[in-house]
Amino acid sequence: MIRKMYDWVDERLNVTPMWRDIADHEVPEHVNPAHHFSAFVYCFGGLTFFITVIQILSGMFLTMYYVPDIVNAYKSVEYLQNEVAFGVIVRGMHHWGASLVIVMMFLHTLRVFFQGAYKHPRELNWVVGMLIFFMMLGLGFTGYLLPWDNKAYFATKVGIGMAGQVPLIGGFITKLLQGGDIVGAETLARFFAVHVFFLPGALFGLLGAHFIMIRRQGISGPL
Amino acid sequence: MSKDQGVSRRQFLNYCLTGVGGFLAAGMLAPMIKFAVDPALKKGKAGGNMVPVVDEAVLTGEPSNHGFKYKITDAWLGEQETELTAWIYKEGGQVIALSPICKHLGCTVGWKNDPQKQNRFFCPCHNGLYEKNGKNVPGTPPMNPLDTYQVEVKNGKVYLGLVEPNKIVGGA
Repeated sequence: MIRKMYDWVDERLNVTPMWRDIADHEVPEHVNPAHHFSAFVYCFGGLTFFITVIQILSGMFLTMYYVPDIVNAYKSVEYLQNEVAFGVIVRGMHHWGASLVIVMMFLHTLRVFFQGAYKHPRELNWVVGMLIFFMMLGLGFTGYLLPWDNKAYFATKVGIGMAGQVPLIGGFITKLLQGGDIVGAETLARFFAVHVFFLPGALFGLLGAHFIMIRRQGISGPL
Repeated sequence: MSKDQGVSRRQFLNYCLTGVGGFLAAGMLAPMIKFAVDPALKKGKAGGNMVPVVDEAVLTGEPSNHGFKYKITDAWLGEQETELTAWIYKEGGQVIALSPICKHLGCTVGWKNDPQKQNRFFCPCHNGLYEKNGKNVPGTPPMNPLDTYQVEVKNGKVYLGLVEPNKIVGGA
């Protein structure tokens, strides 16, 4: 049955070569942990992506209950965590995954840096990688405010205070981030929008570019 | 020898990989799906509280409109008061309270609010008609009789509870 359905689609759209281009490519011996165990360092990028997928999925599900409003945000988080089945697990995945994605990304960056894998012709991919790094930090910063508890509020106060120290345009940045004169209703709504729409959108584009470039340029040679 | 068994080494490894991958994906997705589906699986709160609405002495054989506040629990908002109304009348010592929500598309019906149709509940949206006991008049849009409230009379006070399907009449 499935075979027939696949053939039906394949006959019309010729998807088999697409699948081959995406998945069927040779992995050089020096990046295969089965040959050299030390090659596990090449897994960090893939692990970062894997955790990113978990973040996207668990985040999508969390928005089914979460409300970005200062009166209800904390209560809705408390409700989804304590009253809804597996709420602890789904929020736990998003909570711990948020830290882990930064850790994995950092290890991946260190590997690329110390192997010199960012050198010609892969400079552009390093730049895109750095942009992804900042997107991830932005996601962490904006997501931290959303539960609207004391920790969230004061962490954001501190973070915005740091951004406000930029010479000349500090005041402007502060107001832009806060959406007003205080960390309040507008800040929460704005951080939510940035966290679930703007940054993920930018992240998808950058990840796509990152992966296309890897495929075009191949994996850098052994040390 | 391995050829006889029909599963090549590559195929076996593919099965293992698919199995492990599927297990990982299921472990990841199962909690999320249960999380999303949970409200649909939870049982509704049974019973429901009874609210005092009106003195029994006020009621006559003619349906009259009474508003009251009913408490419902709404997720993280906790207990909320919602305003409801009922058409209440007395018949043979029994108190009957009808929900004013039309069974066609949910507009609000009124008793004798169309001067042409005497002794009928009338819905202005699509000209739905009901008899005094809530029975829908054939040939008008509603397919079922008006719902009734759970009624309890205590110390001369009429208490109303949850809405339930009309048991006084069969559908027309």
